[in-house]
Amino acid sequence: MTDRIANPWGERTPFVPSEEWPVRVDQFLEEGVSEEDVDRWVQSASILHSNGDAIDAAVKDGRIVGVRGRAVDRVNRGRVDPKDLFGWQANNSEDRLKRPLVRKDGELVEASWDEAMGLIVERSRQLLDEKGPLSFGFYTTGQLFLEEYYTLGVIARAGLGTPHLDGNTRTCTATAAQAMKESFGSDGQPGCYTDIDHADAIALFGHNVAETQTVLWMRMLDRLEGKEPPKLVVVDPRPTPPARRADVHLAIRNDTNVALMNALLHEIIANGWYDQEYVDAHTIGFDELKKTVMRYPPERAAEICGVPAEEIREAARIIGMAKRLVSSALQGFYQSMQATAAACQLNNLHLIRGMIGKPGCTVLQMNGQPSAQNTRETGANGDLPAFRNWDNPKHIQELADLWNVDCLQIPHWAPPTHAMQIWRFAEQGSINLLWISGTNPAVSLPEISRIRRILAQEGLFVVVQDIFLTETAQYADVVLPAATWGEKLGTFTNTDRTVHITEKAVEPPGEAKSDLDIFLEYARRMNFRNKDGEPLIKWEDPESCFEAWKECTRGHLCDYTGITYEKLREGSGIQWPCNEESPEGTERLYTDGVFITQTDRCEAYGHDLLTGAALSEADHKVMNPAGRAIIKPIEYQQPLEEPDKEYPFRYTTGRTVYHFHTRTKTARAPQLQDAAPDAWVEISPVDAKSLGIEEGNMVRVESPRGHVEARARVCNIAQGLIFVPFHYGYFDVPTKDSPNGRHRAANEMTISAWDPVSKQPLLKSAVARVIKVADSDKTPSPAPTTTASEPVSDGSTDGALVPATEGGERAEVSSVIGKE
Amino acid sequence: MYLANYFGMLCGAELELAEGFRNMGEGHGQEPDVYFICHTLAKQCDEHVEKLRPFAERYGEIAPEERNRLGPKIFVGPREGGLGLLRDLHDLYVMASFCSITWTMVGQGAQGTRNPELLEVVESCESETATQMKWLETRMKQAAPQALIAAS
Repeated sequence: MTDRIANPWGERTPFVPSEEWPVRVDQFLEEGVSEEDVDRWVQSASILHSNGDAIDAAVKDGRIVGVRGRAVDRVNRGRVDPKDLFGWQANNSEDRLKRPLVRKDGELVEASWDEAMGLIVERSRQLLDEKGPLSFGFYTTGQLFLEEYYTLGVIARAGLGTPHLDGNTRTCTATAAQAMKESFGSDGQPGCYTDIDHADAIALFGHNVAETQTVLWMRMLDRLEGKEPPKLVVVDPRPTPPARRADVHLAIRNDTNVALMNALLHEIIANGWYDQEYVDAHTIGFDELKKTVMRYPPERAAEICGVPAEEIREAARIIGMAKRLVSSALQGFYQSMQATAAACQLNNLHLIRGMIGKPGCTVLQMNGQPSAQNTRETGANGDLPAFRNWDNPKHIQELADLWNVDCLQIPHWAPPTHAMQIWRFAEQGSINLLWISGTNPAVSLPEISRIRRILAQEGLFVVVQDIFLTETAQYADVVLPAATWGEKLGTFTNTDRTVHITEKAVEPPGEAKSDLDIFLEYARRMNFRNKDGEPLIKWEDPESCFEAWKECTRGHLCDYTGITYEKLREGSGIQWPCNEESPEGTERLYTDGVFITQTDRCEAYGHDLLTGAALSEADHKVMNPAGRAIIKPIEYQQPLEEPDKEYPFRYTTGRTVYHFHTRTKTARAPQLQDAAPDAWVEISPVDAKSLGIEEGNMVRVESPRGHVEARARVCNIAQGLIFVPFHYGYFDVPTKDSPNGRHRAANEMTISAWDPVSKQPLLKSAVARVIKVADSDKTPSPAPTTTASEPVSDGSTDGALVPATEGGERAEVSSVIGKE
Repeated sequence: MYLANYFGMLCGAELELAEGFRNMGEGHGQEPDVYFICHTLAKQCDEHVEKLRPFAERYGEIAPEERNRLGPKIFVGPREGGLGLLRDLHDLYVMASFCSITWTMVGQGAQGTRNPELLEVVESCESETATQMKWLETRMKQAAPQALIAAS
């Protein structure tokens, strides 16, 4: 048995290059339940991160009582993330929403479904009559199922005809998609997790994989501990678990990613570590790149990034001389200045090294949420379904034919509206109905005082569809109780294109309904019709929706036509494209070096990386990539805000391994909640000393937009940088700790600004000052000791004593190695 | 030779455009993307003037009144609201296109005087101005339906 709070990654199963990753089956059952007591195991996958770990839920007497990993699955080979081991307990939580709520005389009161849906439909009809479809906005998530997003997409785009539909995936994964569109012509992860098995070098760019995708880190750890381990390069301003294991750790200043990438590219080109043959055959734009990066010798980047030039050279040597290189990027790139530009430089690095589409050679542009990939594919993330190009009339015609509606019904005069713009339109009063499903923007969006103000605004009708009464739901006019994972059937797709089925194991609580049923009910009541007067949406359950979706993807990169529910049930995860040619799915894209950059096929004609100016079809034709990848260089640009006298620190936000998003589920799992019960402020020892701050002191962090108060964790974070985890809102604290009392949400301080190309908010780009509020009361900060927030001292010499993070008996998990 | 007059006119137009972008950024700071991009583009315009200056000096100084007489002054903003944003972007577009065609004419002059250094400056600045126009167009196309139909 392993305490998986004390040791989130569990026992090692080392393996050597190209060997199959050994099986290790993790299992956790609630106290008093043994394996023999379990009535049945129900097939599913993880919903608390993007890794797509296949798991089975244990059911006893109509309740979920535990989980175990699926040994047969290629993604996790039986392993389970601590969030999944314990997070399911939230399903059984007493405070689940069980009936719809409607606002009457300012208060939310229980209502019937008929009344709640009636109100939404009445308001919808009135708005359609008075203002038209542009007055509707939909803000969804990365946590529903494929079938739900696709249905919502058809409702918004073809039913109502509004371009205002986006997901919170805009804050987590928009840059990944955009960077792939710019470089490869389309969204779609080129490689996959098994590339880790073959790699001789791994480079993590702003990707704290140990905390965001623990099972992927287990795979890397098992390679690192086996024979012939890969070299490891980590770029991160925090001392993350991978950073501690790295051969080279570059703790660069926030917002300087492009300068670093240009220096790495400089070294690779200057030393001849690139593949001229691949560059000539499969790319365009190399000469421009060469010209740009020649201005970035390591010394220049060292000055901008605040790391020694020799370390940049050493990192470039590892990356440049690797024979099989896997690189990945996540929020350190995606939520910082020049997000798309930096992610594109990582693509460029792999393109010029010819390291794409071969075993052990890939870039992984990661996702943050479990079904973010589906939000993107189905067109619920400011894209059109199946990676169609909004600016290509033929692609729009295909959709119009598929849905049997007029072309003009589908808004395609500009890209579908992105999240921050939807909120801006709501703020200005031109969007009057905002339907939020499965996300909690009152905690997770930047500058949340502004978000709260918009939600409370007169004239904005807010619908919130969720499983708990979140901070956001409290502002709603109508709250719809939703079913969650384990209570509904559907499919979803992870970062490496693996599609999993997730079965309904138990009934949802009270009158809660699946998100699909809620959307279908709305479509029925709105009576959306196609050109022939038939119902626009013809499916009525998850499987018939999946079949309709398959038709939408036929012949496109994300081809699902070879997948059926039956096939998913017989085996486990399957990677798209899966069709007649590849009936068992596809491990790697672009194995022949031919990309989706043909003008008539590409998902986007591309953008200027500095301004986000859209290129036209004519521009694309002149560029004529014709299947070659597009190398786009870019100059480094100074951050929005630079530290000054008033705000001397850089400020960044992020996650911890024990929580997911705004803790709606993980705060309701005692093992996870107790491991990280409250917000904290990370500060370096040098900065702490200069401000007289010791471990556990209450400090106030202020930016030009707001402030946070929490206890300080003195740790090895880069000097000059302050970190606050973004998980903590106000639903589970007394009113004195609410937005009117003590602020603790990291997004009180972040800036309303976005990357010009991907429109992803810059949640890691701000400045701050730190003020000590109280002397030590010998209480340590609530930050975990097992992760990036590990303290520099145990407190025995200064500050408060810091106990090691442990879960005790109730966090003990069984692991069986080598059992298929 | 009137080439210097065109240099002066272009410097004036670029400075006007820079000021327009700055006003736009300040006036529409509530649009989260506008502030930063507009300031970035304003800086670009300033750099264009810096790059032109040595040539303007070589080909003869030009009287300030001449500059004012030839240069456009169109931006009257910043105006308020969604429609105001669209109109302000529209003004900037007209100003940027004036710069763009002026760069083209200066480029013709550079060809005629066989001046490779000037040609290089024209080429790089002209393409940046083209991107500025593309950005303005992208932003306007996105803002127009909402401003023209749904805003009140």
